[in-house]
Amino acid sequence: MRSSHRLAILFLLPSFIFVGLFALYPIFESFRLSFYRSILTLPWLGQKSVGWENYVDLLTDPVAAQSLRITLIFAAVSIPLELVIGLGMALVMNEVFRGRGLMRAIVLIPWAIPTVVSSQMWRFIFNDRYGLFNFILFGADASRYLAPLADPTLAPMAIIVAEVWKTAPFVALILLAGLQSIPDDLYEAASIDGATPWEKFRHITLPLIRPAVLLALLFRTIDALRVFDLVFVMTQGGPADATNVLSFYGYKKTFAEGMVGYGSAIAVGIFLISLTLSITYLRLFQASRLEGSRQ
Amino acid sequence: MKRSLMLSIFSVGIGVYCLLPYLWFALTSWKSPLELMAIPPKLIPSFHWDFYRAALEERGLLRYIANSIIVAGAATCISMIISAPAAYALARFQLAWTKGYLLLLLAVSMFPQIAIAGPVWSLLNQLGWLNTYRGVVVAYIALSLPLAIWILTTFFREVPREIEEAALIDGCSRLQILYKIVLPISAPGIFTAGLLVFIYAWNEFFFALIILTNPDVQTLPVGIALFPGEYTMPWGDIAAASTLATLPLILLTLLFQRGIIRGLAAGAVKG
Repeated sequence: MRSSHRLAILFLLPSFIFVGLFALYPIFESFRLSFYRSILTLPWLGQKSVGWENYVDLLTDPVAAQSLRITLIFAAVSIPLELVIGLGMALVMNEVFRGRGLMRAIVLIPWAIPTVVSSQMWRFIFNDRYGLFNFILFGADASRYLAPLADPTLAPMAIIVAEVWKTAPFVALILLAGLQSIPDDLYEAASIDGATPWEKFRHITLPLIRPAVLLALLFRTIDALRVFDLVFVMTQGGPADATNVLSFYGYKKTFAEGMVGYGSAIAVGIFLISLTLSITYLRLFQASRLEGSRQ
Repeated sequence: MKRSLMLSIFSVGIGVYCLLPYLWFALTSWKSPLELMAIPPKLIPSFHWDFYRAALEERGLLRYIANSIIVAGAATCISMIISAPAAYALARFQLAWTKGYLLLLLAVSMFPQIAIAGPVWSLLNQLGWLNTYRGVVVAYIALSLPLAIWILTTFFREVPREIEEAALIDGCSRLQILYKIVLPISAPGIFTAGLLVFIYAWNEFFFALIILTNPDVQTLPVGIALFPGEYTMPWGDIAAASTLATLPLILLTLLFQRGIIRGLAAGAVKG
């Protein structure tokens, strides 16, 4: 038995090294650096311990407050939209009809496109002169064309549209797996009892896909809180910080301004927010699973 | 009858949602410079190849493509070589901390990139690996391991134990069992995991952006995001480059749709 233990560790060792060096060590290092002041590209100037100063600065920084606000709005608006659209897609894909395989392949396309490409695509769709968005809204009347990405109220909506378009299909696939795990005889029994389609959806489908919904929520929340590519390509955080989400702000502080300590404090902030939400979802997920197994 | 009509309408709706925005962008790449500037936009181009020529010849798109193939290919191969034995150990040896390690990997896959970016950059800087393929490849290996190990563990657990026990009695070592029995049986699973890791590495932007600042080694996503255009954006070139970057992914997705969905389900739902 000892030898199999040693063999298991041998098999796992390379993964320990990679995960340790490029995920665990960096996360602890970020925590440590958030209590220091140092400059990224000038490490020989040394690190000066500053206690909680970076965090005090963070709490009084109006740009950070705006950044947190827009990140939370981004998550709070895009995730429900993704869930509703994803559920609709999943319900259609769960029906038996010809061309279902093709439909699933098509749904995978937005998911498979590189985020940088879909971001450039939406940036061009929202272009103030040649974009599809203006053409659909105003036709040939170029005098009424809008510049959504240069408008502080429209720009956040534009990145939300781009995010929802790309990720609703992923939500659909998770929910579809949930739908397929519901046994058919439940619906048959309900039909015999004279239940309407809505009653079946309300009392069978919704309760039984709860674990899948929570799982989709978990993945989407984590991803929405760390959104970066979309903002980098579409708006660079602008106009006037209207789309300056936390990841982008942290990136700018660390890599453009070289302020490692402050950037690390922002990074730790994002990490703690996603950790708290993940644990909450996982608790709910386990509770809903237990409930499911009891039923 | 009513039901099938509704289904058809919804299916068309989903198709339009998923395809129309991308189709319009792809069609842009075949416009002539004049058609690109037309107001209102011209929907169907006259199929010029000017933008492809410009992207390939003037913007060095081929170099970005080659860099992406090297980086994503190497990351995928090494990630699979590392994750296969790891997943086998997690699937077969009942150790006290197996579940804990899988949960740790899940947690790692949820780290916001920015939370580890600074130290990863400094580490690669000390190694002298910034602006090298190996710098970005080791980062991708580490960040794709959770996904690969989770999927492979799920697949390996489905391999019947009896076959392995018989082989053990016949005197095969664990390593031989892994390479001669388990891997061939779970070939579809390995292929799926490899495909998902490849798609991840091909599409990854954030770490490529901070690690690769020299255009000679930059991957496609960085090239496409940083296409220069001070006064007017080179939309035609961007659309052409984007179409070329996306084409392999669309082909892979259409060909291996079943496997990808199964892999995503193994990585997500069964967890």
